[in-house]
Amino acid sequence: MNPLNDALVIAGRSFNSRLLVGTGKFSSNAAMVEAMQYSGSEIVTVALRRVDIGNPDDSILSHIDRNKYLLLPNTSGARDAEEAVRLARLSRAAGCDPWVKLEVTPDPYYLLPDPIETLKAAEILVKEGFTVLPYINADPVLAKRLQEAGTATVMPLGAPIGTNRGIRTRDQIAIIIEQAIVPVVVDAGLGAPSHAAEAMEMGADAVLVNTALAVTPNPGLMAAAFRKGVEAGREAFLAGLGEQRQKAEASSPLTGFLG
Amino acid sequence: MRLSVNGEVKETGCSTVSELLQSLQIEPGHVAVELNLAIIPKQQYETMTLNDGDRIEIVHFVGGG
Repeated sequence: MNPLNDALVIAGRSFNSRLLVGTGKFSSNAAMVEAMQYSGSEIVTVALRRVDIGNPDDSILSHIDRNKYLLLPNTSGARDAEEAVRLARLSRAAGCDPWVKLEVTPDPYYLLPDPIETLKAAEILVKEGFTVLPYINADPVLAKRLQEAGTATVMPLGAPIGTNRGIRTRDQIAIIIEQAIVPVVVDAGLGAPSHAAEAMEMGADAVLVNTALAVTPNPGLMAAAFRKGVEAGREAFLAGLGEQRQKAEASSPLTGFLG
Repeated sequence: MRLSVNGEVKETGCSTVSELLQSLQIEPGHVAVELNLAIIPKQQYETMTLNDGDRIEIVHFVGGG
């Protein structure tokens, strides 16, 4: 009943957890660490920014156990392929494994990813040996093109980053999952454990959550809740959900009534 | 010698990337450095010399999603 070998495999690397967490927007490093611990996650995202000269505060790296977590640098802030490639190369030079969450978001209001620049950057980075996890709108054709270019996953959004609105792109994500030859990680917009469970019930391979954990007064508790949501959704998917119907179908036998 | 470090003009006597990081109290293990838009591998921090007018970017990881 319990699937023993249900590892998430990305680019040949196995993970026990199907919940990826972001490290942004936490009120403190302690809150971030607590969320990471209770989430059970093994992959955490980070961003790359200029060091504040004259005020070089302590590095986030001193709070993340690299033996326990794979550091997944993102290319947030990149507005085109060139900037994204530059950020990915810098992350590798800073001492990270050559894994990158590719995001190219020129639009400051909805932070929607630019599909053309994302594909361009993915092609360059794959050639340079990066393991590329691209953040995309829930576009099945783009997802296919990226997989053909050699990306290790596709990461369609449920709703715009930080909106907590859940899976608004359900039908498109279902097509992406149906056609995927690499893991599908639903990223962005997941505001509640039920949203994460929904993604996993649909057959997503993993989800990525940040804002929902960072904005609550109790990140550890919320991370534990998301962990359960992901596990519940995954187990339901593996077990197989019942078919939806329009008319009622009795759960109790309809024969042998009293009297 | 005048350098541009992360967009700020700095007067410095540092002659290598390594010396510059030390003077700014930056842990070399946690950063990446660009010199005139070219990434400098960590093993070259001690040998890569700085010249007047160089533009240097020093970046590190911060929280992000």
